[in-house]
Amino acid sequence: MNAQKENFLLAVEGLTVSFDGFKAVDDLSFYLDPKEIRVIIGPNGAGKTTVLDLICGKTRATAGSIRFGGKELTKMKEHQIVHAGVGRKFQNPSVFEDLTVFENLEVSYPQGHTVMGALAFKRDAAVVEAVESIAETIFLSDQLNEPAGLLSHGQKQWLEIGMLLIQKPDLLMLDEPVAGMSVAERKKTAELLRVITRDHTVLVIEHDMQFVGDIADRVTVMHQGKVLSEGSIEHVKQDPKVIEVYLGH
Amino acid sequence: MKTNSPLQWLTSREGIYYLLLALLLVVVLPLLLDPFRLNMVGKYLTYAFAAIGLVMCWGKAGILSLGQGVFFGLGGYCMAMFLKLEASTPEATKNQSTPGIPDFMDWNQITELPGFWQPFHSFSFTLIAVIAVPVLLAFIIGVAMFKRRVGGVYFAIITQAIAAILTILIIGQQGLTGGVNGITDLQTLMGWNIRTDMAKTTLYFVCVGLLFLSLLVARHVQNAKLGRILVAMRDQENRVRFSGYDVASFKVFVFCLAAGLAGIGGALFTLQVGFMSPSFVGIVPSIEMVVFCALGGRYSLLGGVYGALLVNAAKSGFSESFPELWPYAMGALFIGVVLAFPNGLAGLYERYIMPLEKRLPVIGKYLDKDKPAPQAPPVVSDQLSAEKP
Repeated sequence: MNAQKENFLLAVEGLTVSFDGFKAVDDLSFYLDPKEIRVIIGPNGAGKTTVLDLICGKTRATAGSIRFGGKELTKMKEHQIVHAGVGRKFQNPSVFEDLTVFENLEVSYPQGHTVMGALAFKRDAAVVEAVESIAETIFLSDQLNEPAGLLSHGQKQWLEIGMLLIQKPDLLMLDEPVAGMSVAERKKTAELLRVITRDHTVLVIEHDMQFVGDIADRVTVMHQGKVLSEGSIEHVKQDPKVIEVYLGH
Repeated sequence: MKTNSPLQWLTSREGIYYLLLALLLVVVLPLLLDPFRLNMVGKYLTYAFAAIGLVMCWGKAGILSLGQGVFFGLGGYCMAMFLKLEASTPEATKNQSTPGIPDFMDWNQITELPGFWQPFHSFSFTLIAVIAVPVLLAFIIGVAMFKRRVGGVYFAIITQAIAAILTILIIGQQGLTGGVNGITDLQTLMGWNIRTDMAKTTLYFVCVGLLFLSLLVARHVQNAKLGRILVAMRDQENRVRFSGYDVASFKVFVFCLAAGLAGIGGALFTLQVGFMSPSFVGIVPSIEMVVFCALGGRYSLLGGVYGALLVNAAKSGFSESFPELWPYAMGALFIGVVLAFPNGLAGLYERYIMPLEKRLPVIGKYLDKDKPAPQAPPVVSDQLSAEKP
């Protein structure tokens, strides 16, 4: 196992976090290969979102390790984790409503991240090109100069995904990317994710089993902070433990 | 936002607003007002520096500081210390038991100039200290608070406490600071009598010049990517953090910027008014500065300037006729702003006057070709709590 470790993009081992004695994540281990699409499913309160919080540094682990491309993330600050190549989308779309779509993407562009850098930052051709190309990917080319606050719910979700893409992360973490979307938006998002997954490692939390089946290489089922089952979508669907706690009802 | 040349900028909508303010401050007011009234306008303008700082810090970045009086006061005290030392020559103070030290020290049985007063013999040191001392204190507070993720209402309360502490400290250390009376009886700046009408008018123009310089610096920050990050932080602090920014360092920066601007204002206040006292440091002046900023429009730099001018003019007018009523009027004004027009005068202007501009002959058409830069975001209800969940 140890010899293989270096090949994993992300290795989570023995990860535990306890909130006042309640273990939201309990001795969790899983591994992601480069370019893998992994979906985490599980009932409410299983600790799915907490796992993403732990990886991106929003919540601090009580014990365990998260190794990402040879770096230990549990000791790093949030912005350092981003610079290491981890991008995270939140469940509720969090975009900058007072800024335009263009500015939202520009702020996420990986350059000028220090105070002085942000003062000296110039909107050059490379920036404009990157923003426009991402805007096209996320279907927002026509909204570039609109304030993000005026976008629909689905468009905000796309914008936030675009804000991650422009950072060029090695690992993308998406928390319920199609929640609250219309059927049409869902279809477009699936299309978008298929494009994204061509050249990123992606970790997704999702409830929609149809959607999960469409995109996942492997599925991790969580229950009460632990891994209940792991494998292909067919494998977990037939796992009696999974059927009992999750898929059965 | 993109301007190719200064001339192009001056003929844009934004440039015209700056020109109108310059016209008012440089031409109209000096022609209309006698030196006494002009000096008062100069005094109001020193508060505009603090208001500009608050627009950046509170309006843009969402960090409400109720302690800007601290930085205003520190800048003012630095200047006052220099002027006091200049006024306390051995000849001028030969009747004291220790000639050559400021009079209030002598009254408090201090026989030697304290060490921290020594550097204020130098004018260049003083000019640096006017900005550096407030910025340094803001830096220490900022690092201590923002790195620990203290924000919103908690931060506001802490800044207010600091304002109270500094006032108490100044009043308590009478021998070192002049106590409750402050540092008074300031006469000359490098041998130049600052009490003549001519000097006061000159200082007024210096003040206006520095105000425009400060406006341009603040505008530069606002229009750089840094400015957009500040606004982004106000909306979604976490999203900024998880876009790879160290949010705390940006907050420290903007808080230091606001402190430095307030410090410049304080120094100019001392020069134009001729004394500095703890009554310009404490909680009340700090909150008044927030009112100037809120009334003018906390998202608009020029709004901050007009807010400082109008509220202070109203204060003087009111206090001259009904001194006891002013605090109530001030309170009513603040409540009115919060309830009725949370974006202040700048917001009112954008909403009601800007649409009328089109009807003007010539000018309307001219302004119309120039898209208005949306400064104020949609009305937000959480006016006082800068914190968002």
